Amino acid sequence: MASPSQPSTEVAIPGGDSVPLSVYDLTVAYHRKPVIWDIGFDVPAGSLVGIVGPNGAGKSTLLKAVMDLIPRASGRVRVFGKPYRENRHRVGYVPQRESVDWDFPVDALDVVTMGLYGKIGWLRPVGKQHRDAAMEALERVGIAELAHRQISQLSGGQQQRAFLARALVQDADLYLMDEPFAAVDAATEKAIVDILREMKSRGKTAIVIHHDLQTVPEYFDHAVLLNMRIVAHGPMDEVFTQENLQKTYGGRLTLLEEVSEAMRRRERSL
Amino acid sequence: MELELLGISTWRWDFDGWIVAAGILCAVAAALLGNFLVLRRMSMLGDAISHAVLPGLAAAFIYTSSRNSLPMFLGAAAVGILTAFFTEWIRGVGKVDEGASMGVVFTSLFALGLVMIVQAADHVDLDPDCVLYGSPEYTPMNTVFLAGWEVPISVITLGIVATVNAAFVIFFYKELKFSSFDPSLSTTTGFSATLMHYMLVVLVAVTAVASFESVGNILVVAMFVVPPATAYLLTDRLAVMILLSLVLACVSAVLGHLGAIAVPRWFGFASSLPTAGMMAVSTGLIFSLTVAFSPKQGVLVKFVRRRILAWSTLADDIVGVLYRREERSKDSRATREILRSLLLADAFSLRMVLRWLRFRGELIRHGERYELTQQGRARAQDLVRSHRLWEQYLVSQAGLDEDRIHDKAEKWEHVTDLELRRRLRDETNAPRIDPHGTPIPDERAEAE
Repeated sequence: MASPSQPSTEVAIPGGDSVPLSVYDLTVAYHRKPVIWDIGFDVPAGSLVGIVGPNGAGKSTLLKAVMDLIPRASGRVRVFGKPYRENRHRVGYVPQRESVDWDFPVDALDVVTMGLYGKIGWLRPVGKQHRDAAMEALERVGIAELAHRQISQLSGGQQQRAFLARALVQDADLYLMDEPFAAVDAATEKAIVDILREMKSRGKTAIVIHHDLQTVPEYFDHAVLLNMRIVAHGPMDEVFTQENLQKTYGGRLTLLEEVSEAMRRRERSL
Repeated sequence: MELELLGISTWRWDFDGWIVAAGILCAVAAALLGNFLVLRRMSMLGDAISHAVLPGLAAAFIYTSSRNSLPMFLGAAAVGILTAFFTEWIRGVGKVDEGASMGVVFTSLFALGLVMIVQAADHVDLDPDCVLYGSPEYTPMNTVFLAGWEVPISVITLGIVATVNAAFVIFFYKELKFSSFDPSLSTTTGFSATLMHYMLVVLVAVTAVASFESVGNILVVAMFVVPPATAYLLTDRLAVMILLSLVLACVSAVLGHLGAIAVPRWFGFASSLPTAGMMAVSTGLIFSLTVAFSPKQGVLVKFVRRRILAWSTLADDIVGVLYRREERSKDSRATREILRSLLLADAFSLRMVLRWLRFRGELIRHGERYELTQQGRARAQDLVRSHRLWEQYLVSQAGLDEDRIHDKAEKWEHVTDLELRRRLRDETNAPRIDPHGTPIPDERAEAE
């Protein structure tokens, strides 16, 4: 199912409810400038998928568009066979660490407990059983003793572990993670990998944006090579080739940029 | 009563009491929401909205020809939402940052509102100055009877708004916290950050309107922002921050009115100052005091802490210098001048630290000269041993050149305890001499 360059027609079949994530013909544009184009791929259940691509390739945009955080110009997304809204309780999201304000007056336990808010629901208070569950997750990622520390007093790796613990308590079936390995220490990196593998062994699926090409084949079993469009996707040994990487990282889609620039020029001249 | 001491002889509970009550309710209502404005880094939106509600107010005045509250609230809430909406829209379309688009929106709406109010003032009993700057002094004049009490209308209105805001913060505490801290996860989990944003905006608009009689809709911004910002400096727990901001809001309101009456008397004037203005000044003062004295981040505390650190380092250096002189020669004593030139310390610090070391019994003075006591020598021995072990470690384990190790060892010797020295010894195979060839003193704890 390795599909180089153009998205093949086989992904046009909408994902059944056994397919954790099915994306078809997804395009996201910002001010008419396409950020990602014609994205189509299916993610098999129980896989660990690494999304790789250069800066500005639209990796975060892809994840956000999947979760309706940003509007799509076109395309369809199915999560376990349904639109995202209907199945969001089955999806866990780990945003980029820099996306939040770490000076916010909450402690590590508070952050992890937020992973349970979806289950708790509107207007209901957080109970002791929720805090206990959050504490357990902190133990699993190895920072239980830091539970009551204000989050700016955690190291980068510990902050990422808190985020991971928050994802764990969500107990989702599909996880979307935006660069969980960015700027973490070696011990944290190993802890994250262990947890990903353990998730996989329990039949969970994780889609992870990853920057370090060296470790991609070691950590993941599937890959999505992205540079504004899908260069290749599929099982690691089929798609993670020198040639595909060259296509992904060697030069941007200059023609696409030129044509959108030409469109803007014409609009301005009118 | 005690208030006389402040020079307040004209205090009347049925007059001043109501003014203070209105001020407290207004400050509390605003501070409740302000916590989340400050935490979402949108304090300026509070400013923008409280200005921009003006056309909503004016429209309600003109339409109903009265100062009836309900149409005013509806108008204000509508304009509040429009402000938030326009701000987002202009930012998207105009590609300018949020501050600039807010500036465009709220000044335009504010100006429009001013024009409308000046127009309306011809038909309705309405003074533009009161709307802008508040006139809490008039609070007790417009009253209704409630359960046998003669209660000012604005106190009732503010009471209701404060209660609504408190209920909002209590019931939506979890949602507010989540959507403020991590809007994207909050939204994907089903708690739309945008929805929370607009709920907050509506209540901010309503609060701004309710406050306009008491502090005016310009100064209410101080109540939205300053007490929560002060509380933020004092704690790192959200619930504590909210409670503290409420206490500070109340204190500001009380101080504001007392100050308005008392301060002019201190300077011999018979008139009093505007209460609303003094409330804002009080919050500002409290904030400044907090910046100076806050136990965590206070300027003063930081200064003292730095001083203590510098002095304890200097104390280490003094005993270290004397110890090394003892190693080299019999005449180990040193005058203050010698120490000063060796350690490059300022005269005041040196005098203080020398006095302290003598007080601790680590130094003894013979005339002009200082000498280590047994106790001081012990302290110095630990330091020098730490220093030389570090040098040895840096050369043998980290592979650094000899000429680059002194500065590091000099810094680290001050924080090296017995436990760390033992590990250094083990990792460097218990050396007898340091890389410069100087003997490393024995570990006192292991002597004999």
